[in-house]
Amino acid sequence: MCLAVPGKVIEVRDDRGTRMATVNFDGILKEICLAYLPDIGVGEYVIVHVGFAISRLDEESAMETLAMFRELGILEEELGVESDPGADSGSATETVSATGANS
Amino acid sequence: MKYLDEFNDPELAKKLFADIERVTTKKWAIMEVCGGQTHAIIRNGIDQLLNDNIELIHGPGCPVCVTPLGGIDKALAIAALPDVIFCSFGDMVRVPGSHRDLFQVRSEGGDVRIVYSPLDAVKLAEENPDKEVVFFAIGFETTAPANAMAVHQAKQRGITNFSVLVSHVLVPPAIEAIVDAEDSRVDGFLAAGHVCSIMGTWQYGPLVDKHQVPIVVTGFEPLDVLEGIRRVVIQLEEGRAELENAYPRVVSEEGNVPAQKLVGEVFEVCDRMWRGIGEIPQSGWRLAPAYRDFDAELRFDVGSIDSPESEVCRSGEVLQGMIKPNECESFGKECTPRKPLGATMVSSEGACAAYYQYRRLDGIEVEVSSGG
Amino acid sequence: MAEKPNFSGWSCPLPLRDYERIVIGHGGGGRLSAELVEHLFLPAFGVDPSEELRDSAVIDLAAQGLADSGGRLAFSTDSYVVRPLFFPGGSIGDLAVNGTVNDVAMSGAQPIALSTGFILEEGLKMETLARVATEMGIAAKLADVRLATGDTKVVDAGQADGLYINTAGVGLIPEGVDIRPGRATPGDVVIVSGPIGMHGVAVMSKRESLEFGTEIRSDSAPLNSLVADMLAVTSDIHVLRDPTRGGVTSSLCEIASTADVGIAYEESLVPVPAEVAAACAFLGLDAMSVANEGKLVAVVPAEQVDAVLVAMQDNTYGREACVIGKVVEAHRGMVVAKTTFGATRVVDLQLGEQLPRIC
Repeated sequence: MCLAVPGKVIEVRDDRGTRMATVNFDGILKEICLAYLPDIGVGEYVIVHVGFAISRLDEESAMETLAMFRELGILEEELGVESDPGADSGSATETVSATGANS
Repeated sequence: MKYLDEFNDPELAKKLFADIERVTTKKWAIMEVCGGQTHAIIRNGIDQLLNDNIELIHGPGCPVCVTPLGGIDKALAIAALPDVIFCSFGDMVRVPGSHRDLFQVRSEGGDVRIVYSPLDAVKLAEENPDKEVVFFAIGFETTAPANAMAVHQAKQRGITNFSVLVSHVLVPPAIEAIVDAEDSRVDGFLAAGHVCSIMGTWQYGPLVDKHQVPIVVTGFEPLDVLEGIRRVVIQLEEGRAELENAYPRVVSEEGNVPAQKLVGEVFEVCDRMWRGIGEIPQSGWRLAPAYRDFDAELRFDVGSIDSPESEVCRSGEVLQGMIKPNECESFGKECTPRKPLGATMVSSEGACAAYYQYRRLDGIEVEVSSGG
Repeated sequence: MAEKPNFSGWSCPLPLRDYERIVIGHGGGGRLSAELVEHLFLPAFGVDPSEELRDSAVIDLAAQGLADSGGRLAFSTDSYVVRPLFFPGGSIGDLAVNGTVNDVAMSGAQPIALSTGFILEEGLKMETLARVATEMGIAAKLADVRLATGDTKVVDAGQADGLYINTAGVGLIPEGVDIRPGRATPGDVVIVSGPIGMHGVAVMSKRESLEFGTEIRSDSAPLNSLVADMLAVTSDIHVLRDPTRGGVTSSLCEIASTADVGIAYEESLVPVPAEVAAACAFLGLDAMSVANEGKLVAVVPAEQVDAVLVAMQDNTYGREACVIGKVVEAHRGMVVAKTTFGATRVVDLQLGEQLPRIC
């Protein structure tokens, strides 16, 4: 459900008492209702669903999550446990894709 | 797109797949509740790339699919009325009711319009004072604040020719119904991140405690979904059942308080029918008494429309992971993506529709170019 | 693309000046009709005013040096009902020319002449019609095709939505050229001529209740010169399609089904401009199914790919041409995408127009 995408607030204004914003989605500009994020300012990222900003996107947290993904497996490699019998781990991708979609 | 592309990175995906492989030793059935997550899974082929120990069950989290037949028939009845402009989100327009869909109503002279936002429907009402503008207010908790704002704005601005046909559904009661089911096979859940961006995560703690089932709040990009799966598997392998938030860049514990406040003012909790599943107590929202004037069901007197669901459709069992789509007798026969009988065949991400597509590749070696 | 005329100071030529809007009589075959042809269409289409007008156009192949060009005619028609009439990068006028030019070109033919049929709604602004006609004239000049014959009808107010255009085109297919969907053969390579989805996104950006700001312009363009350049390096091109409504997905599905072959492409190779990707992301659409009006999909034998690509990239309309996949023996009749993660996905035709999703 609930297709919602991140965009950057580039302008904030008032429309008859409702807080509205222009949000930039990688070159696509859209008028978005900002009523539910009273503290958001220009330059911040928000998550937008059906024309409403529903949440602030915490850029720092996004970076932390990505950094954590990058760290994955590095510890195992250092400890030399990558040849764990449980799996030729990492090669699962190739093996399955070669035989198609019998999921 | 910034903050989308990074979470679609195939190289990081490999790391996540590898780590899931590393931590998985037993068979687990994990339900992604939300249709948006199902979309990411199908679109990227994540289910094919996971090891065989992990089974993904596509849950009931598509508000379009679970809108009951009766709700759609009410919409069709209103849309066919003269002097009505009926507004809907795009994905609701092709969902068949008992006999036809909104496109067919339009071909018969109904004024049916697709809007991006509920506020567009309010604008149409202002621009067309001699018409009745009705908005089909469907959705989960994520969409409710938008729909609530439309009604609130109409009331505030004295727009009397605007009303909403409400078919709102709530996620936690659905999860509860699924874990409560006798033969439930679901070992852990990916909860819907955007629902939680509104409602917070606090609603799920009691569910985890009561049913001892891991719930991980999960985002919608492929890496988010993989991380959600990874965290559920780790909990299951370690014998834990906890609430985790794997989508912290968007979701907080308390959620969006101003949104909750307006939703609480405009809507009240009610029992709700789910297509394919049946009635789930306290699983929906309807307009609160102060806003009843905006209820299209009352205004156009369609409350009595009640359409029986297909008797042969077993989408409820599919949704709960009890049977595979092709174990339903109607699958691929009287029920196809063009003539769906139930929720899971309605949307292209529904479990049955997806299965219908992929079944065509069964047993075929797929050769894909390296491109050139 | 040619400079677009500026209509801010447009005023009607003398006899039309009394009519700011189309009236029923403009389709009545009388003096008003004649004035519309003489003072609006002919100048807009760049027709020599001294040319004798008659009931049908006569195409003199010998005079054009085409008398010995083979004997096979490509003939195509298309109707244009696009809303809005004007959108970023184009209008119903240049679409009506380019669309039919491209349909003819997809058989490998060089379009020679187009017919133009107008259905106008009573009350249409004369200025709007003049603007559309002028853009058709410019597009025809750019495509090097003659707008040879035409017709205008006017219907009562409310019976049409402004104006509709039908064009039909003819062209000659060079000797030795046999381009059709059925010729796709396993081993062939699939090419697209450039970034996809631009026309559809440009038009959507102006639709009521969807409006959004974007720099994306329609890619509306005539592709006959591109096709000619491709055929100059090899006559052995198997299939050409212009991926308009339904996008590249529709073209690939039709080819796979007609030729009874499989088609496999890699999503990572498909050129999608960032803004098209962004518009698709927030509306929930698939760029592969969004319309194009200045792109083609080509299926060519593997041994010709390099030469064809070089020829395409040398043409204005094929600068970013690239390979996206190939024709295979397996999964006959089906199109399969390899995802960026390395999995596979069956790709199917959309039921109708793509609609914005919320979930």
